[in-house]
Amino acid sequence: MKLLHNWLTHFGQFIILMGRTFSRPERMRMFFKEYTKEMAQLGINSIGIVLLISFFIGAVICIQMKLNIQSPWMPRWVSGYTTREIMLLEFSSSIMCLILAGKVGSNIASEIGTMRVTQQIDALDIMGVNSACYLILPKILGMVTIMPLLVIFSSAMGIIGAYGTAYIAHILPPDDLTLGLQHDFQPWFVWMSIIKSLFFAFIISAVPSYFGYNVEGGSVNVGKASTDAVVSSSVLILCSDVFLTQLLS
Amino acid sequence: MIEVKDLYKSFDDKEVLKGINTIFEDGKTNLIIGQSGSGKTVLMKNLVGLLEPTSGQVLYDGRDFVQMSKQEKVMMRREMGMIFQSAALFDSLTVLENVMFPLDMFSPMTLRERTQRARECLDRVNLIGAEKKYPGEISGGMQKRVAIARAIALNPRYLFCDEPNSGLDPKTSLVIDDLLHSITHEFGITTIINTHDMNSVTTIGENILFIYEGHKEWQGVSADIMQSTNKRLTDFIFASDLLKEMRSLVNEHRAKQ
Repeated sequence: MKLLHNWLTHFGQFIILMGRTFSRPERMRMFFKEYTKEMAQLGINSIGIVLLISFFIGAVICIQMKLNIQSPWMPRWVSGYTTREIMLLEFSSSIMCLILAGKVGSNIASEIGTMRVTQQIDALDIMGVNSACYLILPKILGMVTIMPLLVIFSSAMGIIGAYGTAYIAHILPPDDLTLGLQHDFQPWFVWMSIIKSLFFAFIISAVPSYFGYNVEGGSVNVGKASTDAVVSSSVLILCSDVFLTQLLS
Repeated sequence: MIEVKDLYKSFDDKEVLKGINTIFEDGKTNLIIGQSGSGKTVLMKNLVGLLEPTSGQVLYDGRDFVQMSKQEKVMMRREMGMIFQSAALFDSLTVLENVMFPLDMFSPMTLRERTQRARECLDRVNLIGAEKKYPGEISGGMQKRVAIARAIALNPRYLFCDEPNSGLDPKTSLVIDDLLHSITHEFGITTIINTHDMNSVTTIGENILFIYEGHKEWQGVSADIMQSTNKRLTDFIFASDLLKEMRSLVNEHRAKQ
């Protein structure tokens, strides 16, 4: 009962915060300045880690499929086909967002949390600035804008990783991989991946912002908020993934 | 003028402010003094609207801040400047950008005019040359001066300072006190300062409010404070042995005269 009360309280406070966040910025010039800064800080700075992880995961999936699924009874395109489907449908959207929830989520929660405990948010409020809108809205919109790009980069890099196993490690013939990658391709799956990632981008940016914005106390609480933010956004991504996959399939 | 009427503030069942009634006068440095935990910061947060009072009124020139609409409060806050105990400068912005921030948000000036105004404010607090530094690269005293420059950038009518001398050495404290006092008179601002610093009380306190356990214990001017017979006030002011000794010496000297 207490847990439900706690959850409902958090949910209500989150809705109120989002109500304040999604209001018209005081100065559009300042908003766009922050928006581009957040896109670079949260999105562009994550491209490196996204490409690195996607390359290796693409390669590993391809090797696993070849070694564990491929058999004389299976068509020769099966390894490439399953690699593409896994990368496109789950890894590049859901799993990549889980990884980003750790990197970006902790960054957002600790940044806003530190601003709260050092009274920088109070300073904004005293000036008459809507602190929620000024600090959180550019992060949410920046993340939502950049996320489709990260998903596309991740999928492409995963496939490059798979080709790496074919050309460098000679795990499977490149022709078989190409055949599998092209087999029964459905463009909707790309859109599905992008649509899912937009929801996850909102979760990754809004939930840690909420935890950071409501920090009380000192640096220990900022650390706790950062951990809570990553755990909560990861759980929310996994739960919403189930619903979104069912809804969009 | 800011008038506080029957101000109460409670947190759960703990009553922190117990019916404060006072007036903070225009163009003067108004000081709020009292022991730690007496309710000074809570009173200031109620004045600027960071906390909602449980009951009572905060009147800015007769207009009740508590009853104002959200939009009216936003407009009212643009007439306020605040200097926090920790300076509360934005870490990611340079000194110049920090001072320009309120101008960027609310002023119709061009970029050139805003930069010019920010430089004027920095010049006023003797910080020309530090424009490109980040808050983490300057001393605590300089951070407080940047906070003062940022607070006066939009020519506020009311200036609130929460323990501006906290963590500063006596010499730097004097500089900050002088600056706040001269800015108050130069621009005709109503300044309200929360402080523990007895030096500030004697040098810049034009209207002093002493709070004891959440209620107004004494109010007066700095000239009266030394002669006050209020025991709680004298216990607070002459808490140190040095000050007690100085007081007895002054009294002895007066008796001889």
